[in-house]
Formats: sequence, C-alpha cells, structure tokens
Amino acid sequence: MVPESYYLVLSGIMFAVGVVGVVSRRNALIILMSIEIMLNAVNLAFVAAGSYLGDPAGNVFAFMVMTVAAAEAAVGLAIVIAIFRHRETVDVSELKELKF
Amino acid sequence: MSIFGYPVLSVLVFLPLLGALFVLLIPKREEKFIKDSTFIVTLAVFGLSLYMFSRFDGGTAAFQFVEKRSWIPEYGVQYFLGIDGISLWLVLLTTFIMPVTILSSYSVKKHVKEYMVFMLILETGMLGVFLALDLFLFYIFWELMLIPMYFLIGVWGGERRIYAAIKFFLYTMAGSVLMLVAILALYFYNHRVTGVYTFDLLEMYKLNIPLKLQMYMFIAFFLAFAFKVPMFPFHTWLPDAHVEAPTAGSVILAGVLLKMGTYGFLRFAMPLFPQATVDMIPVVATLAVIGIIYGALVAMVQKDVKKLVAYSSVSHLGFVMLGLFALNIQGIEGGIIQMVNHGLSTGALFLIVGIIYERRHTRLIEEFGGLSKVMPLFATFFMVVTLSSIGLPGLNGFVGEFLILLGAFKANKVFAIFAASGVILAAVYMLWMFQRVMFGKVTKEENRRLPDMNLREICYMLPMIVFIVWIGVYPQTFLRKMDASVTKLITHIESKSQLAGDLGDLPYHERLYARYFAGDNGDE
Amino acid sequence: MLRILWLVPALPLLGVIINGILALFFERPLLLRKYYEDLEKGVHEEDSHGHGAEDHPLFHHWYRQLVSITGPSVVGAAFFVALVCVLILVKRPPHERVFQLDLFTWIQSGEFRTAFSLYLDPLSSVMILVVTGVGFLIHVYSVGYMAHEKGYARYFVYLNLFTFAMLVLVLASNYLLLFVGWEAVGLCSYLLIGYWYEKKSASDAGKKAFIVNRVGDFGFALGMFLLFWTVGSLNFSEVFPKALEMWEAGTLTPAVATAITLLLFVGATGKSAQIPLYVWLPDAMEGPTPVSALIHAATMVTAGVYMVARSNVLYLMSPTTLTVVAVIGGATALFAATIGVAQNDMKRVLAYSTVSQLGYMFLACGVGAFTAGIFHLMTHAFFKALLFLGSGSVMHALAGELDIRKMGGLKKYMPVTFWTFFLATLAISGIPGFSGFFSKDEILWRAFSSPFGGKVFWLLGTVAAFVTAFYMFRMVFLAFFGETRLSPELKEHVHESPKVMTVPLMILAVLSVVGGFVGIPPILGGSNRFEHFLEPVFEKGAELVPAAPHHFSHSLELGLMVLAVLVAAAGIYLAYHFYMKKPELPGKVAEKYPVLYDVVANKYYVDEIYHAIVVYPVYRFSVFLWEVFDVLVVDGIVNGVGRVLLGTGQAVRRLQTGVVHTYAVSLLIGAVILVGYLIFG
Repeated sequence: MVPESYYLVLSGIMFAVGVVGVVSRRNALIILMSIEIMLNAVNLAFVAAGSYLGDPAGNVFAFMVMTVAAAEAAVGLAIVIAIFRHRETVDVSELKELKF
Repeated sequence: MSIFGYPVLSVLVFLPLLGALFVLLIPKREEKFIKDSTFIVTLAVFGLSLYMFSRFDGGTAAFQFVEKRSWIPEYGVQYFLGIDGISLWLVLLTTFIMPVTILSSYSVKKHVKEYMVFMLILETGMLGVFLALDLFLFYIFWELMLIPMYFLIGVWGGERRIYAAIKFFLYTMAGSVLMLVAILALYFYNHRVTGVYTFDLLEMYKLNIPLKLQMYMFIAFFLAFAFKVPMFPFHTWLPDAHVEAPTAGSVILAGVLLKMGTYGFLRFAMPLFPQATVDMIPVVATLAVIGIIYGALVAMVQKDVKKLVAYSSVSHLGFVMLGLFALNIQGIEGGIIQMVNHGLSTGALFLIVGIIYERRHTRLIEEFGGLSKVMPLFATFFMVVTLSSIGLPGLNGFVGEFLILLGAFKANKVFAIFAASGVILAAVYMLWMFQRVMFGKVTKEENRRLPDMNLREICYMLPMIVFIVWIGVYPQTFLRKMDASVTKLITHIESKSQLAGDLGDLPYHERLYARYFAGDNGDE
Repeated sequence: MLRILWLVPALPLLGVIINGILALFFERPLLLRKYYEDLEKGVHEEDSHGHGAEDHPLFHHWYRQLVSITGPSVVGAAFFVALVCVLILVKRPPHERVFQLDLFTWIQSGEFRTAFSLYLDPLSSVMILVVTGVGFLIHVYSVGYMAHEKGYARYFVYLNLFTFAMLVLVLASNYLLLFVGWEAVGLCSYLLIGYWYEKKSASDAGKKAFIVNRVGDFGFALGMFLLFWTVGSLNFSEVFPKALEMWEAGTLTPAVATAITLLLFVGATGKSAQIPLYVWLPDAMEGPTPVSALIHAATMVTAGVYMVARSNVLYLMSPTTLTVVAVIGGATALFAATIGVAQNDMKRVLAYSTVSQLGYMFLACGVGAFTAGIFHLMTHAFFKALLFLGSGSVMHALAGELDIRKMGGLKKYMPVTFWTFFLATLAISGIPGFSGFFSKDEILWRAFSSPFGGKVFWLLGTVAAFVTAFYMFRMVFLAFFGETRLSPELKEHVHESPKVMTVPLMILAVLSVVGGFVGIPPILGGSNRFEHFLEPVFEKGAELVPAAPHHFSHSLELGLMVLAVLVAAAGIYLAYHFYMKKPELPGKVAEKYPVLYDVVANKYYVDEIYHAIVVYPVYRFSVFLWEVFDVLVVDGIVNGVGRVLLGTGQAVRRLQTGVVHTYAVSLLIGAVILVGYLIFG
C-alpha cells in the first residue's frame, strides 16, 4: 500500500510542472496541455484524499473536473484552430491585441 | 380591482407597450401605417384616461382604481398601482401630450419605426412612474423611461446629440442610484420595525423614521428628484438635452419628464420624510428662488430659441418647487397646476420652435425677424403661448403662479418677494425673444416665403391652446379634484413633523445640527 | 333687471370673437395674398404705416364693412346697457346703490376663494360710462382713421378686447379680478402700441410698456398677497368692512396698512404712468392715435386712480402712504408738464400732458379728495381724448406729420378740428366754465384745505397749472395759428377729416365744455351733484379722516380760485408772447440756457439713466451668469468629474497588456497569496 502522502507529492510535482509550462511556454497548444496536467494533478489529489477520508465526494469531483477539462480542451482547441487559421501562428506572445 | 371590472390602470400603462409590439410587427417601409397606428394607440390611451377621469371621485383622498398583486413574494415586491388627485393630472397630461407629440413627429424621416416604438415605450414608462405605489415597481418604471429618452436624444438629436444624451443619462443615473440606496435602506428599516419585508409605499407612510436616517434618506431622494426637476445648480443637462433633442423629445422632456422630479417630491420625499422636509424648507426654497431668477436671467441672453425656453423651464420649475415647499394648500395646489401649465406652455413653445426649425433648420434668434407678416397664423399661436408662459391672467400660467406666490407669501414673505420678481423677468425674456423673431421687417431672404402653419400643425397646436385657456378661465375643473388629496398630504406632513420652535431661536444651521447630528437624539 | 350687467363686458367680448373670426378667416388670407403679389412684383418696402395700394381688392372686401359695423356697435350697445344699469341703480336710495352679480367661482384653494363677479356701485358706474361712452366715440372715429390700414379687423379685435378688459377691471368685485383686467388692458396696450409691428420703435415701445407695467404689477401682486393674508379676503364687499373692524380692534396696524397701500400704489404708478414708472407712456405714442386717445389718455391709464379711490378705506388708514401718493402725484404733475414744454411732437406733448394730469388725480387722492380725483378723471377723459383725436385728425390731414414746428396756420384748413381742439385746450388749461376748470379747481382747493393736504401741494398744483396752460397754448399757436410752414406738397394734401371722424370730435367737444357742470362747487352756486353721487363709496373711509384743523373762509376759497385762473391766463399770455408776438424769443431763451434746455428737451435723460443703472447692468450680469457661472463653473464641475473618471480609466487600462503570460503570472501570484493567506493567515 502506497502512503497517501506519495500521491499528494506526485500531485504537487505535476501541478508545478503544469504551472511552469503555462508560464514559460509560448505555444498555445503546449499551454493547453500544461493546463491539462494541472487539472490532472488536482484530480489525483481529489481521488487520493477521497480514498483517505473514505468519502466518495473525492471521486465525484474528479469526474466533474474531467468533464470540465474535456469541454475546456474542446473549446480551447477550437479557439486555437480558429486563431491559427486567421493568423497562421499559435505563439501567444504574438497574440496581444486583446487589450485597452 | 376597480369599479370598471377590468384593471383600467394596467391597461393604461401597458397599452402603449402593446402598441409598441404591434408597431414592431409592421414592415419598416410602411411608414405611414406605422405613424398612423402609433397615433391611434396614443389617442386610445388618452381616451381611456379621459374615461377614467370621468369616473374619478374628487371627494376622496384615497387611492382609486387600485390594483394590488403580489409579484415577487420572497422580497415583498408588489405590483401595486393607484391614482389620486395629485397623480391624476400628471397622468392626464402625459396621455394628452403623447398624441400631440406623435402628430408633430409625422415629419420624422430617419428610422421611423424605431422612433415610434421608443415613443410608445416611453409612454409606458412615464405612466408607470405616476401610477406605481410600490417603490420597487416605481424604480423600474423610473429607469425604464430613461432608455427610450436616451435613444431619442442620441439618435434623432442635433449635432452634439451624443454628448447631450450621455449627459442626460449620467445626471439622471447619478440621482437615481442614490435613490435606490435610500429605497433599500427604507426597505430594511421597515423590516426592522415591523418585521415585514415590503416595498409598499402606503405602508412606508406609516413609519416614524428616526431623524438622522430621515435626513440622509431625504437627501438621497432630494438629489434624485432635484436632478430631474432640475433645480439650480443641477440644471445644466437640461439646456443641452433640449437643444439636441428632436422636437417631440423636447416636448416630452419638458412636458412630462421634468414633472417626475416634482411629482417625486410630492409622492415620496415629502410624505415619507416629513420632518426632514420641514427642516429643509429653507434650503430647498432658496434653491428654488435662485432657480427662478437665475433661469430667467440666463434665458434672457440666450441666442438659441430652444435654449431660451430650456432656461425658462428652470425658472418655471423653480416656481413649482417653491409652491410645493410652501407646504400649504395654495402653494401645493398652485404647484400641481403649474406642473400641468408648464407641460402645456413649454410643450407648446417647443412645438412652436419645432415648426420654424422644420422650415429653416436653425433656431438662432438672429436668423429670424418679421415672421408675423409671413406667417400670421403662426404668429397668433405663438403669441398666445408666449402670454401663457408669461403668466397673463386669463391664461393658465397665471393661476399657477398666483397660487404659488400666494402660498409662498404666507409661508415666507422674503422668498415670495424674490420669486415674484421672476414674473417681471419672464416678461422681459419672452417678449424680447418674441419681438426679435416675429416683429420688425423681414430681413433675411430665406424667410420671405416661409409657409404658414399647415393643417397637421394646427391640429396639434389647437388642443394645447384650448387647455391653456381652459385652465386660465375655469381652473376649478382641476382644483376641485385635487383638493382632498392635497389636504391629506398636508395633514399627514403636519401630524408627523414638529416645527423648529422647540429648539429655540438658534440660527438655522445650528438648529439643523442640533436636531440631526448632535448626539443621537431621536434615534432609536 | 340689473342682472343684464353681464352684458356690459360680454358685448365687447362678442365683438372680439366676431372680429377675430373675420380677421383670421378673411383678412389673413387676403393679406397673405397681397403680400405674395407684392413679392412677385418685387415691392418689398412699403411705408411703415401700411398705407399700400388702396385699390387692392383687400380694401373693398365685404368683411371690412362688417368690421366697421360690429367693432363700434358692440361698444355702443355696451354703453347703452351700462346706461340702463346706471339709471336703475340711481333709482335706488343712495345707500342701496350697490349691486353684485356672481357669475362663477374662479379660483378656490383652501381658504382662498375668488369669484368671477361684477360689482356695480356709483364709482364703477362712472367708470363704465366713461369707458363705454368715450370708447364708443373712439371706435367710431377709428372707422375713419384706420380705413386705409391693412390690419383693419385685427385692430378692432384688439380695441374691443381692450374695452372688454377695461370693463372687467372697473366692474371687478375683488382685487384679483381687478388684477385680471389690469394685466389684460396692459396686454391690449402692448398689442396696440406694437400694432405696426414692422416698425422697430413700435414693437420696442410696446415691449417697454408691458415690462414697465409688469414692474408695477409686481408691487400690486405683493400688495394683494399681504392684504389677503392680513384681512382674509380680496372681495371689496368683505375687505373694507373687515379692515375697518380690524383697524378698530387694533389687529390691523398702521405699519401693515402702509405696506399694503404702498405696494398697491406701486402698481398704480406703473399703470398710471407716475414717477418713477412713467417712462413707458410717451413711447406708447407709437400706437395708432385713437389708441392713444382711448388707452393712453382716457381710460387705461386712469386705472391706477380708480384702484386707489376704490381702496380709499385702506389708504385713509395710512397717512404715510397718502403723503407719498400726494408727493408723487404733485411731483409728476409738475415734472411731466415741464418736459411737455420742450417737445415738438404733438402726440408727445399730449403724452406728457397726460402724465401730468394723472399726477393731479393722484394729488387729489393723496390729500384724501377721492371724489375730486375721479371727477378730474372723467373730465380729463373727455378733453384729453378730444385732444388726441384732434391731433389724429391733424396727422390724418398731414400724412402722418406730427412736428408742430412744421405746421402753422392749420386753422383755416381744418376748422372743425381746430375749434374742437381749441375748446379742449381751454378745458385743460382751466378756463372758467369749461369742464377742466371745475375738476382742477376742486383738486387745488382740496390740496390746500384737506387735513392731509398742505400749501406745498397747492403750490405744486398751481405751478403745474401755469406750465400746462403754457405748453398747451404753445402747441395750439404753433399748429393752428400764424403763417403756415407746411411743405408745398403737404399743402396740396391737407384737408378736413371725414364726418365719421369729426362727429366724435364734436360730441367730445360738447362734453369737454359741459362735463364739469355735474360738479359745480357750492361756492359757485352749484350743489356738486357728482360728489353726492359718489358719496356712498367714500363714506366708510370718511370715518377715518380726522376733523379739519381749521375752517377756511369762503373768501379764501374764491380768492384761490381767482388766483388759479390768473395763473392759467398768465401761462396763456406767455405762450402768446413767445410764439405769436415774438417767435424768435424761444430760440433765444434756449441759446441762453443751453444746459437747461438740453436737459428738458431730452426729458431729463431719465430713459438713459434707467438704461445705465438698470437695463445694462442686468444684461451684463445675465451674460456673466450664463457664460461664466453656467458654462464654466457648473458645467465645468460636471465635465471635470467626467474628465477625472476618464483619466483614472486611462491610467488603469495600462494594466491590461494583452500578453497571456502576464495574466497567467498574475493569476499565479494571486493564487499563491490566497493559499498563503488560508494556510498562514
């Protein structure tokens, strides 16, 4: 039996990887993938905590997050594709018209 | 429910809205049909209001044709309409002015359909304001009528229409937001005292609000209504709005919208906060008197006829406010009559200006001169309206001004004396303007062949003149029906306030301070 | 039977309606047609009096005949009804000669109630007879005088409306209704002065008249308010008994009585053209001459005198006010007369003469001799209307020329006009036997002998009488006597006026001569029936008059009378000397005292002074309020608030870079702070 703390540490590492990915990468697709990693890190933490506490709510939340993640990925990718068609780039540092 | 067997007030309020829906269904290019159906709808509303008027009982101060239904029971919001001798006249004024303005708007060229739809929505909003007896409902109507007016100025207005529309909107919003806060405060206070959540105005009348709270809430309501009236020094949106608004917009603005401020004082601020009202008389009356003289003086030196009329509105509404805050029967009845008068006279003046504007596309006084010769019929109408605005006995303006000054004189001689000087100034600016526009020789080539008023213009000016003369010659028709309501209002205020005498001979500001801010006397 | 009284004002009102319809539906289209025809022909300018092509169909349309009938006849009918009413009233015993006819409640609000009701007593009887009688004659005269005017029906609408308003004024049963008539006659005056609205001076004069009157009305209105809140009513039948009661009970103090009466008197100075508000009347001569005769001489301007006489009870409560009234009246009488000396425009001389004569009437009221004031009001209405109509006849003959320096010798061209004018001049100068003599002498004697009077007032009146005789005869000598100074083309044109104009002149001439016989004082063997007729009106007030300090002998009264006649004769002689015997003398005098002449000829520069100290400063102040206060201060604050908000927005929007990474980092930082707060906070 792996102790719960291991799951949490793993989850923390995954989250940190995701954050670094979002902040440092420029490719919109990579950023989306990093967000997926962050979401999955949270999922892992939810499931671990749920099993530790014997509460099914953890699993329920994980499913919830997966659903949202799927939707987010779909919408996000659609936007990225739309931008690519329009601008021929997915580099977010070049997409900064959305300001004042 | 009402004695009619059907909810007459609701029909009155929502018939224009239904009309707006109907007009929306008409194809855009059927302009004639759109105009005609709008006119018929407003005429029907006027007819209905006349029928309601014939059934109105002037002998009682109670609200009549009351409709009361729960709307959002969780928050105690009701759908509550009713009419008494005070709102009666404003409702009739609104329903009367609408067909007149629609008729005058037959010359609109741009976006006819949208224009008419906005006009109809505006009518619903205005009638709702005058009939709502639930604060929540009132606030909804109050804001509702802002939107069509904003577009009327902003789309169909003159050159600086956007500036004027935004100024109008922001000024009014600034006031109404404060009022909303006060309404909520009142709502929660009522709950604290009675344990019931309600926006019912008549329930609120029964409250005895602690002095400090009363003063804060009065100030909030005061600002909301003073912006709308508009009282000096909150008046600068008015000249801009009037100058930029299309003719019909100006007529409604002057005729009805400004009355919402004064009506608000009568219906809300004064009966809800009687003690604060009594104590604030010197402040309000001073502003009113300054407004009377200031408006008249500034009107005198205007170069644009519409601006001149706009500033004269400031002066006239100063009279109304002075009358209301005289807090005696002559003053208040005079104030109400003067609200109607101002709606008729100033409305008619804007129509008059509209008539020459349509012919010459300018409103500058110096562009005219000698029109009496070219447009004799127009000159006749213009003269009568001018005299009505000046307050010549036998026409409507005199009855209002006389009663107001009579009442004000009883309450405070100094205010009355200063206010009465406004009557002299009114003659100066109106007659001077009339002379420059109508008399003399025709100097400008463009003016030599201006056509006189056509049948449509006569049709909408004539009813105005009829009422102008009627109120002047036989004001009893009007005064009799408001007696009971006004008397009740005064007794209500008197029973709930005490004069400042108990605080000794302190100067006014120290008395105010002692009563409201030193310690928490009177607070619970 | 007295119920037919309502017909008196109603008949002129009917005339307004009929003529109004004719003016709107017949005259207006015809005028417009003519206007466009002229435009086609390229005729832009016509002479300002509207004398156009008189062969135009406009001048032969049947509506003109109809107006010529309805206009005067309604007033004539009103005169007839008034006469019947007065005769019925006179049949009653003196103390029952009051009749009130309630028509309907006009304004009722709380304790305030006024009815539209008519009030007939000896005082209003005199007034309605004068108004309708003289009014009728002037209407008839106008048919001839205005025949060549384009706005013929319009003129009669205004004139009938004026008669209606004036009758409302004098028949009103309360102050408020009186005020209605008061302002309405002002309106008609405005409309008629500005009748030739294309002339700037005419519309200016109309506006000036209205505004100056408004200043007076402002005082009148305040007086009414104070009266109402003191006594509790505005109805004549209640005010005076109640005021007396309160006076005796001490609840009506002299201070309040003074305030009320002074405020009302402010109104009277406006309407009756007294110092300091007389300035509008001379300018009012811009109107058609019959209008000057009716409104600005015979009727409207006497409204102030009527009002003061009507309020005699109140006035007698305040000796202070009486003194003010007498001083203003006497001063105006003399002041205006001196201006009259240096005017060359016939109508202007008459205008200042009117101001001066009104001063006499107020002098009479101020010394408590209300009957004498009303008596003079009546005789003045006859002779001054005649003088104006006479000058109108001259004007008619001379194509609008009014400068007496350019006339001379008119006697032989227009005998009827000359003789009637001459009789009126004798009357106004106070020559024994003529109407003006009796009324003026009554005033002078009462000014001398009344408990409120004094020798100063008598002196003012007598000096003014001297000046009056002088300037009136100056005018007569210059215009009608001597060699003619007319230009040759005018000499061709000059003619006696038509019958429709000369007959009213003759009737008025008869009245000017015999009108005084109703008030012959006892000392001359008469019984002063006029005074006895009016007695019931002034009886209540008479209780307030203190007993005369000492009794004056008959010989003194006779002596003063003879003195007054001698003074008038001296004035006439002086005028004869100056303008008949040595015509070069006036010029020499003017050269010798250039400053004095200049000041008098320029009417003491009063208009200029008013302009400098009232009109101009108010105008500048208004411009300041608008351009500085309104636009800069108030709107400055409003726009300033807007600008501050905009500026804040400008500053804050820089945070919005549009770079995704910045947003992500700030998100991260926010999350870290939040988590940190939850864990460590």
